[in-house]
Amino acid sequence: MQGIVSYGSYVPKYRIKPEEIARVWGEDPDNIKNGIFILSKSVPAPDEDVATISVEAARRALLRGKIDPKDIGAIYIGSESHPYAVKPTATIVASAIGADFRMFAADYEFACKAGTAAMQNVLAMVDSGMIKYGMAIGADTSQGAPGDALEYSASAGGTAFIIGKENVIAEIKHTLSVTSDTPDFWRREGQPYPTHGERFTGEPAYFRHTLSAARGIMEKAGTEPKDYKYVILHQPNGKFPTRAAKTLGFTEEQYKTGLLTPYIGNTYSAAMMNGLSAVLDIASPGDKILAVSFGSGAGSDGFHIEVTDNYEKMDVKSAPTMAEILSNTEFLDYAVYAKFKKKIVMGEELE
Amino acid sequence: MGELSRIWRESDHRYRLIGHVCRNCNTVYFPPRDICPTCHRDSVGKMEEIQLSGKGSIFSYTVVHDAPPAFRRQRPYIIALIKLDEGPTLTAQIVDTKPENVSSGKRVHAVFRKIREDGSGGILQYGYKFVIDEPPKA
Repeated sequence: MQGIVSYGSYVPKYRIKPEEIARVWGEDPDNIKNGIFILSKSVPAPDEDVATISVEAARRALLRGKIDPKDIGAIYIGSESHPYAVKPTATIVASAIGADFRMFAADYEFACKAGTAAMQNVLAMVDSGMIKYGMAIGADTSQGAPGDALEYSASAGGTAFIIGKENVIAEIKHTLSVTSDTPDFWRREGQPYPTHGERFTGEPAYFRHTLSAARGIMEKAGTEPKDYKYVILHQPNGKFPTRAAKTLGFTEEQYKTGLLTPYIGNTYSAAMMNGLSAVLDIASPGDKILAVSFGSGAGSDGFHIEVTDNYEKMDVKSAPTMAEILSNTEFLDYAVYAKFKKKIVMGEELE
Repeated sequence: MGELSRIWRESDHRYRLIGHVCRNCNTVYFPPRDICPTCHRDSVGKMEEIQLSGKGSIFSYTVVHDAPPAFRRQRPYIIALIKLDEGPTLTAQIVDTKPENVSSGKRVHAVFRKIREDGSGGILQYGYKFVIDEPPKA
């Protein structure tokens, strides 16, 4: 049996509301709020990036699972906002948690599904016996150009999963991916902000891949929506996952626990993984979970997960739960947000 | 390059709060020391690495208003002397709070943050900062 042995999440404390962004750019706040169903989004402090968020999530996962960092045989980190273009975030995280010198490490990139691609990779390495435990992290401090639609949703956060065969709290029974060349969203090398392909973002990108992966997993597992206690879908906004879940035949009861975007925005590589973290905070043995990520470009990773009896042995509260993380917030106005996000250019000599 | 090698050399204690304990007198030191200043030659070969918990209390603090250029986005920022539970006192920034919330004696814990950026193309320096413990929810 292989699956999730432990998990940990981190979301920066700061938030901004869409109406504050809309005020600056002369948009109708109600239109924006209702259009994307985001009530606030997280903002990283000036001294936070994907490395710091990943380290905090990784430490929380080690703490909750009472796992010796020397037993972590691989660290893979998925993000589209790694602090370096060349120098892996995984090297910084490995050093900061005190991992062994001899281990596998790399950074992944596949828009918002890079973290779940890391989960699949680590799962395969555990399954093959290459490593005892592996750590897969999804973390982002995502970018939206000032005044662009993405600025209302692009936020920051991260989740780390430790995957192994011993003391598995949530077995990953099935996983699959779907992939196609779709021009829905991209960022060219050296560009500070991404570009989106407008009408491509919905049906041909998010919905086609997310729905296909969800249906594919249920076909593989021989399950129907009613068999699942929880469903978590990638959540670029509050609307898309709600519509996709309903299209698949899921109810609000099943998707509401893992739907965090209305409160923290789109945490990109961490979005589905944060939702899964929130679900694992309150799960019970026997619960079945369907989790599907989506990454632009485009593809989706689907997971059929079952919570095991070992879950009862874990002290969930030994690391901050998602509810605790989300209760500690401070709201910013647009000016401070712009300063924190370096949208105000101060010149090289002042940085 | 001197700066780069210092960052690299100090990463264990700056990333993970690795200190030294003198096994002659059991005093804990941070940053690590090769020789115990109390036991001198008696400590030779008896200085061992120790993982510090990152938990402690604010001993004293100051609020920096006249910030150097690299810290202007964080102005005003808080620098504190933190007495770690294991004994040593260190100097670090207190983040994610406002000066009015800081007072001596408050419990804090270490977090991993970016300390400095060497321009837009240079090395990123990471290390410890501290945040105030959240009071337990009623």
